[in-house]
Amino acid sequence: MTILTQQQQESLKAAIQDGLPLTARPYATLASGLGVPEDAVILQLEQWLQDGYIKRLGLVVRHHAVGYRANAMVVWNVPDDQVDALGEEMRQHPAITLCYRRPRRLPDWPYNLFCMIHGKDRTLVHQQIEALIQQLGLQNIQHAVLFSNRQFKQTGGRYARVG
Amino acid sequence: MMTTLARQLLDRYQRGLPLSANPYAEIAAELGVSEQDVLATLRQLREQKIITRVGPVFDHHKAGASTLVAMAVPPERLDEIAAYISRFDAVNHNYAREHDFNLWFVVTAADQQQLDAVLATIETDCGMPLLNLPMEQAYHIDLGFKLAWQD
Repeated sequence: MTILTQQQQESLKAAIQDGLPLTARPYATLASGLGVPEDAVILQLEQWLQDGYIKRLGLVVRHHAVGYRANAMVVWNVPDDQVDALGEEMRQHPAITLCYRRPRRLPDWPYNLFCMIHGKDRTLVHQQIEALIQQLGLQNIQHAVLFSNRQFKQTGGRYARVG
Repeated sequence: MMTTLARQLLDRYQRGLPLSANPYAEIAAELGVSEQDVLATLRQLREQKIITRVGPVFDHHKAGASTLVAMAVPPERLDEIAAYISRFDAVNHNYAREHDFNLWFVVTAADQQQLDAVLATIETDCGMPLLNLPMEQAYHIDLGFKLAWQD
């Protein structure tokens, strides 16, 4: 059984961050690029998925291209002692695709909880936000809705070591 | 118009791409079509920019360093600065949003040092402050995106 060296792991990351080859044996193609057996590539990917280093492996969809044209980042200013509980509640909500805690940057940026809502149009997204506020009792939580109006770039994260 | 096969692939394979020697053949067998059809459909989805790739979604924290950055750019300079930002390999998502902070982008790098270097370069070159908003906690589990087909 071949275990990839650290350097080979970096090379594999670089090779897959823009996607797997769309050829009959993509792992063999990657393996020959690294000069390792196909099994070693498959094993490494299994390991990364198991560790949660890779969250999922498959088709990465552009929401906008499949008709989800309204993309709102909704940000909330939640008291620090409530933010984790609210984040856990929000992630259960079907309208929400991503939910993160991030630092406030006062005085410019008071918001510490971020969630993404993708919808077919803005009216529907506003309705979903209103429903969320009612269901989770967020009437007194300051929030802002930031719709995206242009996408300049959307690719995978670049984690391979450079330089 | 999206074919049935394209929809099936989008519905079922945003995660769980088979880790076997012939993954696309395995998908084809699962869906009762040919491997050539699966590969052709995936290539087409990529060419049509419906998918960015068939590949991994890395955990930002475990795979390296990343952060979300916002800038309040004068509207007349938005195109210019957005184009400048997009040229960085380290920038993967780059969006305009309707807010005083009108440019939002995600920077990823192998480690914090490389990440900080990119942020410093951007800040210096643009001559305006960055709102650096690294993730402190993720609450969701990324299972892909459930599509509601209407037609």
